[in-house]
Amino acid sequence: MIRLEGITKAYQLDGVVVEALRGIDLEVKEGEFVAIVGPSGSGKSTLMNIIGCLDTPTTGKYWLKGQEVSKLSDNKLAEIRNLLIGFVFQSFNLLPRLTALENVERPLIYRGVAKKERRKLAEKALERVGLADRMFHRPNQLSGGQQQRVAVARALVGDPAIILADEPTGNLDSVSGKEVMSLLRELHAQGRTVLLITHDAEIARQAERRVKIFDGRIQEEGEVGL
Amino acid sequence: MNLLQAVRLAFGAILANKLRSFLTMLGVIIGVFAVVALVSLGQGATSQVTAEIQGMGSNLIVLAIHGRGGMDSLTLSEAESLAKRPGVGAVAPVVDGYATVKFATESSYTNLVGTTPAYAVVRNHFADRGRFLADVDVQNRLPVAVLGADVAERLFGDMDPVGQEIRINGAAFTVIGVLEPKGFSLGGSSDDFVIIPASTAERLLRRQGIRTVYLQAETAAAIDMVVNSLESLLQLYFRDENAYNVFTQAEILDILSEVTGILTLMLGGIAGISLLVGGIGIMNIMLVSVTERTREIGINKALGAKKRDILLQFLVESIVISGVGGFIGMILGYGAVKLFSGLFGFTITYSPQVVFVAFTFSVFVGIFFGLYPANKAAKLNPIDALRSE
Repeated sequence: MIRLEGITKAYQLDGVVVEALRGIDLEVKEGEFVAIVGPSGSGKSTLMNIIGCLDTPTTGKYWLKGQEVSKLSDNKLAEIRNLLIGFVFQSFNLLPRLTALENVERPLIYRGVAKKERRKLAEKALERVGLADRMFHRPNQLSGGQQQRVAVARALVGDPAIILADEPTGNLDSVSGKEVMSLLRELHAQGRTVLLITHDAEIARQAERRVKIFDGRIQEEGEVGL
Repeated sequence: MNLLQAVRLAFGAILANKLRSFLTMLGVIIGVFAVVALVSLGQGATSQVTAEIQGMGSNLIVLAIHGRGGMDSLTLSEAESLAKRPGVGAVAPVVDGYATVKFATESSYTNLVGTTPAYAVVRNHFADRGRFLADVDVQNRLPVAVLGADVAERLFGDMDPVGQEIRINGAAFTVIGVLEPKGFSLGGSSDDFVIIPASTAERLLRRQGIRTVYLQAETAAAIDMVVNSLESLLQLYFRDENAYNVFTQAEILDILSEVTGILTLMLGGIAGISLLVGGIGIMNIMLVSVTERTREIGINKALGAKKRDILLQFLVESIVISGVGGFIGMILGYGAVKLFSGLFGFTITYSPQVVFVAFTFSVFVGIFFGLYPANKAAKLNPIDALRSE
């Protein structure tokens, strides 16, 4: 599903070259639940951006579903994000002036799905995260946990192969965090590939496999039963 | 993403910031309003001038004598004899000046026109009440007067002036008729004068000689021929081409149309500038909007929006603002034109082309000034955009 080979990423920051990733090799099989763990500044966010096709590596190769994506154009990458990847961010990243339903519909708009069909799929996704009764609420009328569940609904509405979750519980209380985690586990149980990025070992333990990243390199990998 | 969807998103974004959108729109509204109203006004002036010149009489030729040395005018009979020339239909010599006209306690200082019965036909200005001059009035230097509608109104009010006695520069005159009203024109009222027989006027004004002659060509085709023959005759008579001028109605029309055309263009240009300023307002607010919505753009890009989608979204937003503004401005302009022409009795031409051009121009303003901000939004890097607060 995901195969990274010798991925490096260097930034120019005020004339100084910062190497965020220094040669990452990683393979994630279809249907796996992998946690990428590391302290802040370790390069895990950069890695997530590259896996999520939001960014391209400086060197190295990245295959996604058998397709080499590291050299694709911005438009192609946007298409891949739209079709194959569902994002869940730490800060939810919902559009504040839209209702929950409209937020969930958004990825389907860019896919060109017709209005009726879009609405149906978005309603279904919201039902699935248990927010059928909050469809017409705006983000500021929802609790943090509810907002993140809307974000999960938005991630899964397009039926993507991969769910990328970047610190999904970072801004939530423990109860809401558990709800979101159980949703992610559920998605995994249904056969989706889930990538979880976190600095919290407790959260990471819920994944099948953990990849520890430090200073731009993979330090250790360990298989953990659920 | 198709266009319809882009329009829906644009309306959503515009309605999310109602006051700001309205204020931005106001620039375009005022611009289009000004273009429509001012150009209509200018075109109205043009058509009014045209109508006026045409109302002066058909196939009109005006002969103005400036004279040379002692020969500063034609005699009445010389002027009358011009009627015998080929192609000339009628001739109305004019002796003009100013006079004080009195009736009872009312008095009015006004234009005095001494002429012949042909004047009514040549200038297309007939008596409404009573009668116009007759040949017998001119032959016998009778003290009779035909009043312009304004003069009649000023001196007599609602009373019928026909048959009343008035005094012109102290001499007694009998009112035989009142002219039909012609209305207000660019040169002032066309109804503010008194007509008396030319022979009487020469004596009253103590001035011999005709300096203005109105001629009517028999047909439009004969005008050029008449002008040429008049010019060669006058050249022979005065031996100086600066001693006289021959205008045709068409020449007067050309000159005035040119003037009003320039006026219209100037008004349109000034209004166009305000539309341009409105466009800059759109660009300004779109740039602010792109900055404010950087995060939103980042989210949309993460969700799979392509450059083209973001570009379209912002561009359509600016076009919707300018287009809706243009539409409102168009309607307001139309309303103002209607109101203005109703209130002041001006002829204001409302031409669909101007409205169409103003509206189209406003949409182009939206595209032109929206392109840069939209492109700026589309080029944003999704990671940087997501990171922005």
